[in-house]
Amino acid sequence: MSAKKMCSVCKEKPATVFLTNITADEKAQKLDLCDDCAKAKGLDNNLAMFPFADTMLGLGASQEIETGSGGVETRCPRCGFTQADFKKSGRLGCAECYQTFAEGLSGLLKTMHKGTQHVGKAPEALRESRDVTERVKALQKKLARAIEDEKFEQAAELRDEINRLTPRRTAKCA
Amino acid sequence: MQIHSFLSPPAETARRHGPNDRIVMSSRVRLARNVRGFAFPGWAKKPERVKLLELIRPAVEGLPEMHEAFSETMDNLTPLDKQVLVERHLISREHAAKTAGSGLVLNKEETFSVMINEEDHLRMQALRPGLQLRQAWTAIDQLDSALEKKLDYAFSNELGYLTACPTNLGTGIRVSAMLHLPGLVLAEHINPIIQSVNKLGLAVRGLYGEGTEALGNVFQVSNQMTLGETESTIVERLEKVLSQIIEHEENARQTLMEQKPKVVYNHIGRAYGTLANAHSITSKETMNFLSLLRLGVDMDVFPGVQRSLVDELFLTTQPAHLQRKLSDKLTAEERDILRADMLRECLKNVSRPVVKKIEPSGLDKSSDL
Repeated sequence: MSAKKMCSVCKEKPATVFLTNITADEKAQKLDLCDDCAKAKGLDNNLAMFPFADTMLGLGASQEIETGSGGVETRCPRCGFTQADFKKSGRLGCAECYQTFAEGLSGLLKTMHKGTQHVGKAPEALRESRDVTERVKALQKKLARAIEDEKFEQAAELRDEINRLTPRRTAKCA
Repeated sequence: MQIHSFLSPPAETARRHGPNDRIVMSSRVRLARNVRGFAFPGWAKKPERVKLLELIRPAVEGLPEMHEAFSETMDNLTPLDKQVLVERHLISREHAAKTAGSGLVLNKEETFSVMINEEDHLRMQALRPGLQLRQAWTAIDQLDSALEKKLDYAFSNELGYLTACPTNLGTGIRVSAMLHLPGLVLAEHINPIIQSVNKLGLAVRGLYGEGTEALGNVFQVSNQMTLGETESTIVERLEKVLSQIIEHEENARQTLMEQKPKVVYNHIGRAYGTLANAHSITSKETMNFLSLLRLGVDMDVFPGVQRSLVDELFLTTQPAHLQRKLSDKLTAEERDILRADMLRECLKNVSRPVVKKIEPSGLDKSSDL
């Protein structure tokens, strides 16, 4: 009666390999793979070395969070979380980890989401500043185009508007 | 207050109605939020989680939506309490495994459930019967806006709300609906539907979410991507896809009745026969047969029987709901006997399915029975 499970990676072929990974805190992570994807992940002969978190997050074995310069393991200054911890659990340690591991995460986010820039809801306190930033950005683009087209009168108007918006923002921060 | 006396009786929850509830059993919108300056629950040590719970819990309890709410720390709930909450979809299975340092705030109407220190500091959800995704989003958006005035959320202009798992980053939203799709399963059209829904970036899961089986032909459809789109766009996409799935399910039921009525009546009749007469029955078997009984009610083969009777049984026959009626701890075998006793009792006034006369042509097409 129940539907056949599909491969979690390609989502096209029925899954034939069912993996359950019990993490250190006894949480079960499940992964269902078809023959081909299992082989592609090197699963046919070496179960123990299987990079579970990578596949869970839609990554190939090669695309992990890149190591910091000089091969020294990056550690979050706020919470002490390392990329090895991320590989184990697929979760980060704290909000600041997103900055600490920003470089490595950006590729991952691209494969995971529709975009890499948040466009949804924002806390009200931050909403105004975000709107202003966006408007200033748009005006600056218009200004550059106006200068290029030698429409100086329009450029002056745009410059005044940008100036009107920017000091208000700095005043707010002060 | 005890959770058992707080929760509405199953007979009452089964009578909550919403648009399209013939196919859409419930709608839910969940938001993930974290408080700035604290490690995520999976990484924070116990004292930090406890401190955070003490910070978040009163903030949530003070919301107008949470007037007369049930509020408790997870270590004060028994495993049975937690399982009952899971069976009602009020907490996740992951949250049921939590103890000290995690908590739950649940409103009286059971339309808002806020899990504290699940995978994120806050997992708040709005639940509605039937197809009401937009209403659920509006409701949880309001609750979230009220809460952001009391708590300093971890948020970045670029990445949005920062969550423990990068898969929830941005909006932190999961919009989902629970669908009853026996027609598509019987017609064997369910797999192509699941595949095409997957291609749209939506996930199809079983009854209890991630990694669970589609027991009782119940499927959960939800968004997977949370960054780079607005909440409204995500809700709209789900709405569109759901209305198409509803149409496919209705078509499948109609086509089955036209082309293979004997197959359908056979399934419903056998389900009725077993449920009304068995003396021992497992939870899984019960759910799959109740699904067919529900289909029978939808197709008018049980005149006078309300869908709510089936939905009530769907809840009361599950292990924890069955167990909580009794003081003695039961074994699985004892539960199967008790479950069958209860089903026979509840179905004793339900008459045998009334089958419409089948035209000979219909019989021919069903000859592959």
